[in-house]
Amino acid sequence: MAQNDKLSVTMRQSALGRARGLGAAKSGVHHWWAERVTSVALIPLTLWFVFSVLSLAGHPQADIAHWVSQPIVAVLLLAFIIASFHHAQLGMQMVLEDYLHDEGQRLIWMMVMKAIIWLMGLAAVLSVLKLAI
Amino acid sequence: MPDVRDALIIGKRSDGSLVRRPLSPHLQVYKPQVSSVTSIMNRVTGVALTVGLLLMVWWLVAAATGPKAFAAAQGFIGSPIGLILMFGWTLALWYHFFGGIRHLLWDIGWGFEIQTSHRTAMIVVAATVVMTVISWIIGLAVWL
Repeated sequence: MAQNDKLSVTMRQSALGRARGLGAAKSGVHHWWAERVTSVALIPLTLWFVFSVLSLAGHPQADIAHWVSQPIVAVLLLAFIIASFHHAQLGMQMVLEDYLHDEGQRLIWMMVMKAIIWLMGLAAVLSVLKLAI
Repeated sequence: MPDVRDALIIGKRSDGSLVRRPLSPHLQVYKPQVSSVTSIMNRVTGVALTVGLLLMVWWLVAAATGPKAFAAAQGFIGSPIGLILMFGWTLALWYHFFGGIRHLLWDIGWGFEIQTSHRTAMIVVAATVVMTVISWIIGLAVWL
């Protein structure tokens, strides 16, 4: 213990910087936390979605349309779509951040990835709304 | 000119002489472990599921477009390629589902002991197989 007394840590952050709690990423723990929240939400939503879709396997379009026309189903479907696409976007962001080291490339692929996921998510949401309303 | 990174790699012995610190083995030569393999699989299945979302979007858009478009989407899903993709998708889904729960348990500080983490890895793999088989039994029973 005696030699540890000599060790000290220099805080290179200002008091304001510490209070804000934002590191080099400038966004704090929001990304990490959003990933946890969506994953917890997706536990029941995934179970519901998978077994609902399985029970509709091979059914004609009319049956699907009737299923989605129930308000509870439409709401849960929208929740599943939003949570899963948000979760996918957060996860893919982490993958790109880890493996793309060139700043410019990372920026471009990040935008391409987010654009694709946003468009897919919007298409899914619109489809549910069209069938539900 | 010396590399700036040397500032982090070069250390001093107790007698004051300089020494290059050992580097931890790189990923390619690191022996695969239960912990690393199951964690990487969680990422791989996550990426696969993101790509697989395309299939779900197609299914939903087709259902919203009309019976003909839906029959086309369903025809693809029922084709050999479609069934292989769906099998991979269910496998990836259940792995990521149970692997994700394992990660959440780690997040709350549970299951870090090596024995426990090996046991939960086995549970994740077993649960993935069981749920994939159950999913296909239900799906095929409804479909056929």
